[in-house]
Amino acid sequence: MPTGDQPLNDQTLTDQEIAPVKSGSTLLIACGALAHEILALKKLNGWDHLALRCLPAKLHLFPEKITSEVARVVNEERENFNSIFVVYADCGTGGQLAAYCAEQGIEMVRGPHCYAFYEGVDAFAAHDDEITAFYLTDFLVRQFDAFVIKPMGLDRHPQLRDAYFGNYTKLVYQAQTDDPALTEKARACAERLGLAFERRLTGYGDLIRELSRA
Amino acid sequence: MADDEDIILSELSDDELVLQMQDDLYDGMKEEIEEAVEILLERGWAPYDILTKALVAGMTIVGHDFRDGILFVPEVLLAAGAMKGGMAILKPLLAETGAPRMGKMVIGTVKGDIHDIGKNLVGMMMEGAGFEIIDLGINNPVEDYLDALKREDADILGMSALLTTTMPYMKVVIDTMVQEGIRNDYIVLVGGAPLNEEFGKAIGADAYCRDAAVAVETAKELVARRHNQH
Ligand code: B12
Repeated sequence: MPTGDQPLNDQTLTDQEIAPVKSGSTLLIACGALAHEILALKKLNGWDHLALRCLPAKLHLFPEKITSEVARVVNEERENFNSIFVVYADCGTGGQLAAYCAEQGIEMVRGPHCYAFYEGVDAFAAHDDEITAFYLTDFLVRQFDAFVIKPMGLDRHPQLRDAYFGNYTKLVYQAQTDDPALTEKARACAERLGLAFERRLTGYGDLIRELSRA
Repeated sequence: MADDEDIILSELSDDELVLQMQDDLYDGMKEEIEEAVEILLERGWAPYDILTKALVAGMTIVGHDFRDGILFVPEVLLAAGAMKGGMAILKPLLAETGAPRMGKMVIGTVKGDIHDIGKNLVGMMMEGAGFEIIDLGINNPVEDYLDALKREDADILGMSALLTTTMPYMKVVIDTMVQEGIRNDYIVLVGGAPLNEEFGKAIGADAYCRDAAVAVETAKELVARRHNQH
């Protein structure tokens, strides 16, 4: 297993687990899609007590597996840390992950998914004017092919595009960092999906507040 | 399959052709399915038999392999597209040839949610089983469901949700039905990946169905039970 001590590679974060940096007293069990952001915040805020172990971001395509995978890692790591914090939102587990965490006395991130907590969970819930938007984050822009195009089969079957995205009108890029190259890539993603493009610099949103509880 | 090009569908026996159609459906080969449907019709097959023995049977295999993680969403979409091609030929003929009519279902994805692949699949398999389908599409507020149920004199309401944030809206719809005193006039089925049995019970649906095959079986059973009661 690669470890969080090494420079992180997005392909690895999509497909594989990342073992913890063995320094902290609190273990973050996180989605690979959040690894860069968590490490950036850790550095910025001097959160040296936090260690990170990531599950492959691709689990999002099979949300029914998320809770059992988190539970497996909790069981493996519980002995090694004073506390554990789960850096997943509900992510389509239909409340199962929250129920598991509550039962185990473990804290987790509040909200339905990362698009909501980057904007701010309350702000996201307060508007319903964007149901035809498809969101991308920094991670998803970088991993667009591995996370969207390939699993949805659009590389092999481009004719399926409208079956997936026919009801969508725009792609909203929620930028965590201000990176012109990523913005250009996001714009190209929108074009590929036949959607209008909008960029919003959200920064890390609620993730900062949530991690400060860990 | 690699040797598909060598196969001439019209030279296959009926049994071989039906098996070939199930393979072609699995591989999402729409044109081959359409061609095979025409061949069976020419050979005097009843449209209902083509539908159930070739198309629905083939799609059931696809459904099982999706459930078991062998196939993923794009393969299911392609297979559904192929089945749709075959059904488009059969549909006008089914009514003429007295295929069984099981009941009428209004189906749609709930307000705030525009995922529709699972909902479409359920609608198609229900149609394949002899139900008439009124598809309301995506993002449906409670009024749309209730208007359609009344207007169409439907038997079944089907609601789909794929987002944790939109699942609770199913309860809004069911509660409104209760308030209007019409809840027991309809069978309510719910589905979508983040739901489960417990949730279905908690919101007062008649059943949660994990996939299209279960939806068909459940609908048949509940419709039969209702007929016996009346
Ligand atoms: C494909 C997909 C998409 C496609 C949708 C294309 C389309 N036209 O529907 C695209 C890529 C466009 C998409 C968009 C989004 N998605 Co999406 N998506 C999925 C994915 C990977 C598969 C869903 C699917 O189609 N499955 C295939 C079908 C066949 O299965 P099914 O839907 O479960 O249906 C079966 C059963 O559930 C049942 N069933 C379903 N409906 C009904 C109804 C009745 C009446 C009955 C009886 C049975 C029944 O029978 C069906 C057939 O067997 C899921 C993850 C997953 N594996 O579930 C995420 C998932 C649902 N999406 C998710 C998210 C977050 C989004 C977006 C917000 C992402 C974004 N970046 O913007 C948007 C949503 C926008 C919106 N307002 O709706 C999350 C939800 C998280 C949460 N907290 O709820 C999930 C869980 C992924 C994840 N873990 O993050 N998505």
